[in-house]
Amino acid sequence: MPKHVIVIGAGPAGLETSANLAKLGIAVTLVEKEESTGGHVKQWHALFPALLPGTEALDAIRKGMPENVRVQNKTTVTGIEAVNNYFTVSGHNGWQEKADAIVFATGFQLFDARRKEEYGYGIYENVITSADLEEMFATGKSLVNRHGNKPERIGFVHCVGSRDEKVNNLHCSKVCCITAVKQAIEVKQMLPEAEVFCFYMDLRMFGRHYEELYKEAQEKYNIQFIRGRLSESAEDQDGNIVLKVEDTLLGKPLRIKAGLLVLMVGMEPLAGTKSLADKLGLTKVPDGFIQPADEVLQSNFTELPGVFVAGACSGPKSVSDTLADARSAALAVAGFLKL
Amino acid sequence: MEKKARQFGYTITRDRQIDYDANKHDISKIVAAAEPSLNLCISCGTCSATCSAALFTDFSLRHVILLLRRGETSGLAKEVAKCMLCGKCQLVCPRNVSTRNLIIQISKAVIPAQL
Ligand SMILES: Cc1cc2nc3c(=O)[nH]c(=O)nc-3n(C[C@H](O)[C@H](O)[C@H](O)COP(=O)(O)OP(=O)(O)OC[C@H]3O[C@@H](n4cnc5c(N)ncnc54)[C@H](O)[C@@H]3O)c2cc1C
Ligand code: SF4
Ligand code: SF4
Ligand code: SF4
Repeated sequence: MPKHVIVIGAGPAGLETSANLAKLGIAVTLVEKEESTGGHVKQWHALFPALLPGTEALDAIRKGMPENVRVQNKTTVTGIEAVNNYFTVSGHNGWQEKADAIVFATGFQLFDARRKEEYGYGIYENVITSADLEEMFATGKSLVNRHGNKPERIGFVHCVGSRDEKVNNLHCSKVCCITAVKQAIEVKQMLPEAEVFCFYMDLRMFGRHYEELYKEAQEKYNIQFIRGRLSESAEDQDGNIVLKVEDTLLGKPLRIKAGLLVLMVGMEPLAGTKSLADKLGLTKVPDGFIQPADEVLQSNFTELPGVFVAGACSGPKSVSDTLADARSAALAVAGFLKL
Repeated sequence: MEKKARQFGYTITRDRQIDYDANKHDISKIVAAAEPSLNLCISCGTCSATCSAALFTDFSLRHVILLLRRGETSGLAKEVAKCMLCGKCQLVCPRNVSTRNLIIQISKAVIPAQL
């Protein structure tokens, strides 16, 4: 009997894990709750740092997907049971299959910006999220605020729903600093006359060429970086957003208006992942992200033999980190199946 | 000294350096023992952006915390007296620093020291 692996979630992590498992001769069922594969990257118009279009990245990942990968779409995995030396996995729609090993590739959910009520998302029309902005870029239309005007000033607020214990998210989402720099540049390219500001606590340019992009934002686009965290925003009569921050490097409270405010929403663990992990008896899920058996040496293993993790469901990752993690997950699974 | 200097027509420029080794660090230890969340501050400035007192004075809790942690405590009693203890800062702090109690503990620790 050929070995069979179920991969849960068909974002970049699930796709890349499945393709690599299949190349090793393993039969894979890739289960995805949505109609199409691709996960969050479907929503990203262009990827940092080199502005590769999200759809192109996904096409490249999907290209040459081996035939022994079967995609089971429109199926949300709701149950997993470990029975002797195999797993029974079931979906909300009655779908059920057995597997020799399973891979969690369930990714993350976007922070719901309405939970930071004082920032005005869902209340003031000209407060949007970074995900909304990607969608606006994708439509290819000229950038206007919700009143139909070209904003003269655009503000980006870092760490919305991340590094914030008031919303129970202590972690850093890792990708939003560089996403803000990328989006600030894209906005400047569309509206060269506009002023663009980023409000940050720390600029975390951890990846290859991220610091370079930050420098380009300064050098070529004159994007302003203010070290201060937004305390609250309000709306004036003209629909502008009035921000209150402390300019911490000058040590003075600062008031500044923006025609459009973009909230850099973070990555949160998916509630459904936690409940699946609970059903399996995984205990190391401290904040909802699945903790690997060892973060340094065994990043794709969990505490349970036969249960693996790949991608952002074990913590915030960029697409390139996710793909590398997925390939390594495939090897970890193959090793477990003694192939 | 400064008066004399003026009399004789020369000026003295005070050294602006934080002399970390000469500064006394006992006050920050006392405050941290009474309110351990002192050590969790990441200097984000949300408290000072929202602060009722900061609109009218140059008071900044973020700044006060840094002065305390560097042992620059000589002006602290005057600083914390500007706080109205309204508690707005506590509602916004991303690190859940217990700001109100922190200010109370700083006052307690610095006021006897300066009498
Ligand atoms: C605003 C923003 C912008 C970003 N921009 C970039 C960028 O420019 N460049 C970059 O490198 N990275 C970027 N990222 C990061 C990127 O989105 C992630 O690296 C990537 O999506 C992680 O892939 P994943 O497969 O682990 O998770 P996901 O993309 O979240 O995919 C998970 C998949 O699993 C499915 N799923 C979840 N639970 C179940 C279940 N129970 N049953 C069935 N299916 C399930 C989901 O429907 C989804 O399709 C950005 C992130 C954010 C928040
Ligand atoms: S990557 Fe930057 S914006 Fe995102 S949570 Fe971390 S520090 Fe904040
Ligand atoms: S309690 Fe003091 S420091 Fe905090 S907001 Fe009120 S006046 Fe400002
Ligand atoms: S809001 Fe909290 S973390 Fe930020 S500067 Fe004030 S006390 Fe420090």
